[in-house]
Amino acid sequence: MQRAYQGRNRSTAIFLLLLAVFTLVVTLLSEGVGIGMVSTSFVKTLGKTLCLALVAISMDLVWGYAGILSLGHFAFFGLGGYMIGMWLMYERTREIVVTSLADAPIPPTAQEVSDAVANQIFGVVGTAEFPLIWTFADSLFAQLLLVVLVPGILAGVFGWLAFRSRVAGVYLSILTQAMTLALSLYLFQNDNGLRGNNGLSGLQNIPGLTEVPQALVSVWFFWGAAFALAAGYLLSVWVVSGKFGSVLRGIRDDEARVRFLGYPVEAYKLVLFAGTACLAGIAGALYYPQAGIINPAELAPIASIYLAVWVAIGGRGRLYGAVIGAGFVSLVSSWFTGGQAPDVPLGFYTIKWVDWWLVVLGLSFVLVTLFAPKGIGGLFDLLERRIAPDRHGADLGPDQGALREKEASE
Amino acid sequence: MTTLLEVSGVSVSFDGFRAINNLSFQIGAAEMRAIIGPNGAGKTTFMDIVTGKTKPDEGRVIWGERSLSLLGLSEARIAREGVGRKFQKPTVFEDQSVQENLLMALKDRRGPFSVLFYRPQRAHLARVAELANEIGLSDQLRRKSGELSHGQKQWLEIGMLLAQEPRLLLVDEPAAGMTPAEREHTTSILVEAAKTRAVVVVEHDMEFVRRLGCKVTVLHEGSVLAEGSLDHVTANKEVIDVYLGR
Repeated sequence: MQRAYQGRNRSTAIFLLLLAVFTLVVTLLSEGVGIGMVSTSFVKTLGKTLCLALVAISMDLVWGYAGILSLGHFAFFGLGGYMIGMWLMYERTREIVVTSLADAPIPPTAQEVSDAVANQIFGVVGTAEFPLIWTFADSLFAQLLLVVLVPGILAGVFGWLAFRSRVAGVYLSILTQAMTLALSLYLFQNDNGLRGNNGLSGLQNIPGLTEVPQALVSVWFFWGAAFALAAGYLLSVWVVSGKFGSVLRGIRDDEARVRFLGYPVEAYKLVLFAGTACLAGIAGALYYPQAGIINPAELAPIASIYLAVWVAIGGRGRLYGAVIGAGFVSLVSSWFTGGQAPDVPLGFYTIKWVDWWLVVLGLSFVLVTLFAPKGIGGLFDLLERRIAPDRHGADLGPDQGALREKEASE
Repeated sequence: MTTLLEVSGVSVSFDGFRAINNLSFQIGAAEMRAIIGPNGAGKTTFMDIVTGKTKPDEGRVIWGERSLSLLGLSEARIAREGVGRKFQKPTVFEDQSVQENLLMALKDRRGPFSVLFYRPQRAHLARVAELANEIGLSDQLRRKSGELSHGQKQWLEIGMLLAQEPRLLLVDEPAAGMTPAEREHTTSILVEAAKTRAVVVVEHDMEFVRRLGCKVTVLHEGSVLAEGSLDHVTANKEVIDVYLGR
């Protein structure tokens, strides 16, 4: 039986294989379990990059497949980070407090421990009480649930309001950006219960694992990120490879036509928007324990714009394109902005990449959009065509009288 | 004969211009009807109203045995009720294969979750193959529909319309850009479809309308000018004045 939908099984298999090899190589070279050629901080950078690749996949699903240019997906990513950060910070602080109070002549009561923890966490913003939103912070399970639920519900409510009013195109992008800006401005306030612009810190210290060196923890998180990326990739392939993907691409190309076929377009957009927000939240929850700190600047609208740039440069509408874009651009970006790129002296002026990198990135975004809309992923099309020329329906020869394919095969 | 669609007293204005003016129209459950009229007569607006794209200022649009009003429903809901539409310009999903286009149109559950878990069954693929055969695209199932010629895209759209199994087909200039042989084929498909369902064809080409051999409704300035057989309406003095005489 012939397959109904264009299979992407080959690219999926290649991707998973490359990811597995990459994970293995990094593990063997790491300080934690391997021969120590790759520093712990670089293992963390690579692990974080895998998380960025995962959020790029979620962006590619909404933008590349369904044509919704969301400028809010990095905010969902950050929210996931905040949710896991609350537990990490609470539990870690509690451990420290309990240890320090253990020497006291009278054992501390639960209330005393709680007050001391609150004082430790919120002293910096001038309060010593747990805000309401920290109610579940003592439960890892609850916070893990919130990692998915908070971005999902926010995206669901926002999407429901926007999509049912048929807001689309650039207006929707502006609306999502406004949401992102409002959220980050809210988080910047000191009295919101999430420590304002201080953010949550010390997230790299995993409660219960204080004896384990960071070299090892970083490898574990790297594995976790690699596994999440593989699982997210497979899930996304499954979502887009069937009729659902067909409908999504239909919505991207001609929304009205899909409606006249009887598909409730708004419901599809909502499901996708909320679903990818959950995925972004998971990616964020794996990212920030590796980064060690999250603050509201992470959720600023510019981050979501970067996300769109990665996906555009990597190649919209193909999942591995998003991964390539996120990996390539974010690594190159950290190389340029980290001061590692050598300055270029022009005699009259010295190009310092730290200052000029954004210009280069912006220019390459414009150039890719104009001249290579398929992005880096489009290169693989060239490669494939060289291996197996797909000439169905084309003239077989150069001149008018040449046989058509069908005649030639008879 | 039972009435499938009844449009009565419908009016709609765009910026003060009355595109449809107190229009009434009926069609039976298995009937072919041609709608003709000069440009700006309101043919496309009429289709927009029936399919839910445009909301009329007044009037009623009643559908089916349960006398459902289509006016409050979304386009998608109306399509699920069984109204299929073919646009004047062929609108197929160019980035997708002929097979994917047909599978998307194939009558089935439309909700996001049932579609998410949908995997094509043998019967569905067989139906797609049958449709492709009917529209002459059997060899092109794997091709991207964007690579098809204009005429083939028209065919694909007709195939998608049939795949939807609508109870009412609204077809806007189906024969535009087709060769005489292709027109012949289109005519026979439409005549065949009209045996089991209602078909409304908007057409400029009188010869094509004649071949359909059905009742004709002439629209002019947003309302019905004449209705009857083609010979009857072409003999009508007013029709000659506003349309044929030009």
